[in-house]
Amino acid sequence: MRLLDYFRSPRRRGSAQKAKDRLQVIIAHGRANRNSPEYFPQLREELLEVIKKYTKASNEDIKMSLEREGSYEILELNVTIPTTDTK
Amino acid sequence: MAKIVVVTSGKGGVGKTTTSAAFGAGLALKGYRTVVVDFDIGLRNLDLIMGCERRVVYDFVNVIQGDANINQALIKAKQLDNLYILPASQTKDKDALTQEGVEMILESLRETFDYVICDSPAGIERGAYFAMYFADEAIIVTNPEVSSVRDSDRILGILASKSKRSVENMEPIKEHLLLARYNPKRVKDGDMLSVEDVQDLLDIPLLGAVPESEAVLMASNRGVPVVLDGKSDAGDAYTDAVARFLGEDLPHRFLHYQKKGFFSRLFGS
Ligand SMILES: Nc1ncnc2c1ncn2[C@@H]1O[C@H](COP(=O)(O)OP(=O)(O)O)[C@@H](O)[C@H]1O
Ligand SMILES: [Mg+2]
Repeated sequence: MRLLDYFRSPRRRGSAQKAKDRLQVIIAHGRANRNSPEYFPQLREELLEVIKKYTKASNEDIKMSLEREGSYEILELNVTIPTTDTK
Repeated sequence: MAKIVVVTSGKGGVGKTTTSAAFGAGLALKGYRTVVVDFDIGLRNLDLIMGCERRVVYDFVNVIQGDANINQALIKAKQLDNLYILPASQTKDKDALTQEGVEMILESLRETFDYVICDSPAGIERGAYFAMYFADEAIIVTNPEVSSVRDSDRILGILASKSKRSVENMEPIKEHLLLARYNPKRVKDGDMLSVEDVQDLLDIPLLGAVPESEAVLMASNRGVPVVLDGKSDAGDAYTDAVARFLGEDLPHRFLHYQKKGFFSRLFGS
């Protein structure tokens, strides 16, 4: 389908494709956060602060997500703590 | 019992008021008793676009505050007998709209009209929130441009989580996409998002694409909804969109660029 589209409109190499690609990323990101509760960003910030206070983990080492399973929400926190000699 | 339809977008200047006036007139032409309500408190404009600015006596906030009743505030459109507008207030008081007040007005309009069109202000604050809160259907006006598309997606998220229908777990708001200020030539050249692109991104059913058109400016100069202001591409595109909104299955006429032939150049199109 996509390939066909490509052949059908060979002139399509302007800036619109770039716009679409960027929008696809940003919209997917927005939708992933859409269903999380309002406190989530704040909770995330504060947890990051605490973790960084005690470990050498940086923001990229910390993955946090909230998932719904039936009537529960599961908060998943994944921290990769660098060993002391790496710093 | 009327349907409440919000015309919304997030972003300003994309064509919400133009669309509200066109849909109001289009639905009235089809025989439905229709009222268009201006929610842009402090920046009233619908009255100008519909040519009734000199007949505004009472407004939305006067009715909420009990200084006038709804029938005193409604203004009949000059061009059609079954089309009315409820003008916004020019107050600077941001808290003039209240949930109870808006509900009271919309419920009383529901009794006497077939369609209540709510022209939302830009943004996601009070006015925009109240315009969408009670809606049964939503027309998302989007321009083929990055910030407008992103804002439209934000608004879809808000409709799905903050509207009365979502909060009270009722059947969700029926969503429609209306692409405005579309330029098929620039799409063909690859420099404007196409209808298909925007549909892919937002993933809601399309009512139509309204071409960027001088007819819109001229109709607004005259204070006549573009569907009533003689024959034009934008007027025809809105007329088709209204028919699709009502469930008709029409082919799209304005999506693709057609090089103007000798005759259409000679006689205009
Ligand atoms: N299809 C169109 N072609 C050309 N100009 C348009 C079109 N739709 C809207 N406009 C113009 O864009 C401006 C903003 O439109 P308006 O309906 O007031 O947007 P909004 O209510 O979303 O702020 C106005 O000057 C209007 O005349
Ligand atoms: Mg407006």
